[in-house]
Amino acid sequence: MPQYRYTLGGHTYHFRDLKTVMAKASPLKSGDGLAGVSATSEAERSAAKFVLADLPLANFLNEALVPYETDAVTRLIIDTHDTDAFAPISSMTVGEFRDWLLAYGTDAERLRSVASGITPEMAAAVSKLMRNQDLVLVASKIETITRFRTTVGLQGHLSTRLQPNHPTDDPKGIAATILDGLLHGIGDAVIGINPVADDIQAATQLLQLLDDLRQRHEMPVQTCVLTHITNTLAMIDNDGPVDLVFQSIAGTEAANKSFGVTLDLLRDAHQGALSLERGRVGSNVMYFETGQGSALSAEAHHDVDQQTLEARAYAVARQYDPLLVNTVVGFIGPEYLYDGKQIIRAGLEDHFCGKLLGLPMGCDICYTNHAEADQNDMDNLLTLLGAAGVNFIMGVPGADDVMLNYQSTSFNDANYLRQLMGLRCAPEFETWLEKIGLMDGAHRLLPPDNATPLLGYLKEMV
Amino acid sequence: MTKPPAKKTMGLERLRTFTPARIGLDRAGSSLTTRDILTFDRDHAHARDAVHLPFDVALVTDELGARHLATVAVHSAARDRATYLQRPDLGRKVDPASKKRLQEARLQAQGGVDLAVVVADGLSTRAIHTNAVAFLEEFLPMAAENEWRCAPIVIASQARVAIADEIGELLEARLSIILIGERPGLSAADSMGIYITYAPRRGRTDAERNCISNIRRGGLRHQDAADQLARLIMGAFRQRLTGVRLKPASSLQLES
Repeated sequence: MPQYRYTLGGHTYHFRDLKTVMAKASPLKSGDGLAGVSATSEAERSAAKFVLADLPLANFLNEALVPYETDAVTRLIIDTHDTDAFAPISSMTVGEFRDWLLAYGTDAERLRSVASGITPEMAAAVSKLMRNQDLVLVASKIETITRFRTTVGLQGHLSTRLQPNHPTDDPKGIAATILDGLLHGIGDAVIGINPVADDIQAATQLLQLLDDLRQRHEMPVQTCVLTHITNTLAMIDNDGPVDLVFQSIAGTEAANKSFGVTLDLLRDAHQGALSLERGRVGSNVMYFETGQGSALSAEAHHDVDQQTLEARAYAVARQYDPLLVNTVVGFIGPEYLYDGKQIIRAGLEDHFCGKLLGLPMGCDICYTNHAEADQNDMDNLLTLLGAAGVNFIMGVPGADDVMLNYQSTSFNDANYLRQLMGLRCAPEFETWLEKIGLMDGAHRLLPPDNATPLLGYLKEMV
Repeated sequence: MTKPPAKKTMGLERLRTFTPARIGLDRAGSSLTTRDILTFDRDHAHARDAVHLPFDVALVTDELGARHLATVAVHSAARDRATYLQRPDLGRKVDPASKKRLQEARLQAQGGVDLAVVVADGLSTRAIHTNAVAFLEEFLPMAAENEWRCAPIVIASQARVAIADEIGELLEARLSIILIGERPGLSAADSMGIYITYAPRRGRTDAERNCISNIRRGGLRHQDAADQLARLIMGAFRQRLTGVRLKPASSLQLES
């Protein structure tokens, strides 16, 4: 086994193995402290980064952080590694890889061509050597486009998930929130409900409500009820109007098991949703959610740092050509990401790593009330991710999710970012907004007064 | 602030009758108006204060003392709020001095202990300041009626739910009850939860507990919560367990 050590200020730091180097090189996160894997001083963190910078990328193919024999995610990563795509970067160290990513000549096309040669551990490793601005700059060069009824992820565009949750799944309450979101130009990534009741019957009713609304207003959108994948499989079997398959996933086999999901189950659901052929402009049918800390919270972290495990979840995601991958960055609480600074860092890391691996990354920019964070921190991350070219964000009314009890980004936040950076909606959705009188020729949101069909629907409701 | 918003969007505020979500809001450009920003800030301020206001142990002790109830104050191994928020594992253990106090309390208790009642700050001190004593006033007479022997009430600072496992174990109680502040939301920052665990000892899992939540003004009433708790305890003593397999006493009676 190779030796990992570095002398800094007269003190030699030894690191037991590769995962220890990775964990100790990680920016400060409370979750790594909780797991007992983080650096015990800033000097030790710095020494670990020096060690990491000099390691060949190829080492990650030879030393697994989570054992190959006992973990299906590791097997997936190693067995599907694309050596041809890896060839151009195969002789680089992690430090050289960072410099290469930042080079002028490394453009969208070159980044796309190496994506399948990069393992999540390589992506995580290089991110640990990158400052926030590096994470923004490199991600902004990458374009990951996916399609179903809308086209998501084009350069210069920002899509949104309309999240119309209600504390009792009340159909009128959900419909009212959807209507309000549409009037704000929200929903071109997906209209997706987190249901309170996690059973097939309740999920089917909500799915039908969404599909009826979509058809009635001839909206080019995809809809989703974020229920467990086994429920969605059952709805597919019952010929329910399933556009997208949702599932939370994580970076180890054991953590996925705690979510009640296996790679076989994901494959079956992917095939099932494809067989329905409901997409109009494309057939990306999967919607995944992830978040740093989920593996530790399931006691399935193998003493690997939470950011590396998060990147491994993206290796799972990319097997199934997802439409949307959403890192729900601050939902898990301060024992994993303590404050605004840690949440912002994690959001940028996740977005960068996902994009580098070729995924359509979005971010639920969010926090809970016991985290040291507030809406200003979310504004900061929102603006940074806008600069980094995030594919989509959440649209939650007033940023306050009254079912899940956390704070995210509001309808207005999305329009702030669009206005600030000249970002546009998905083209199909934009055409629809113009048609019903909610957007002017300069792609600016109009007051709702002209949206006659939607307001007619409101009158019916009241 | 004196001028009303320039234009009311047509009838959208009526949407608000269907949901507590913040919909139908007016806009300044595409942004939120001053009034809605301030309202959000106010709600977040309540939630933040609920988490961070210091736990007033003296207040709770005095209020219980005035009702002739003995108390023991303990502290978790999390020395301050910042540690508490980052290290849930430390919030589940009592510190060494507290352990000694609990052992002494056990020695002083005559005979056995049926119930170890713990009042803990959790994630909302406000929830405990406003609900704990009022709830116990409803519940303790019921405990007396059922001849359940209670240890002195334990007041626990920087505590998580599972601290009641160690406390119940040290007091050798048949069952532990912990009143604890729930994570505040923007709509309710003073919600109290109650967890009960039969045969409490360190290492119990959440699947071995039962929970009553959302106890607050505007939520579950103190008296109703006390009734529910008494029924759960009766069931727990009869079946000698708590958790997912526990059937409440009312359904047991129906079966028998």
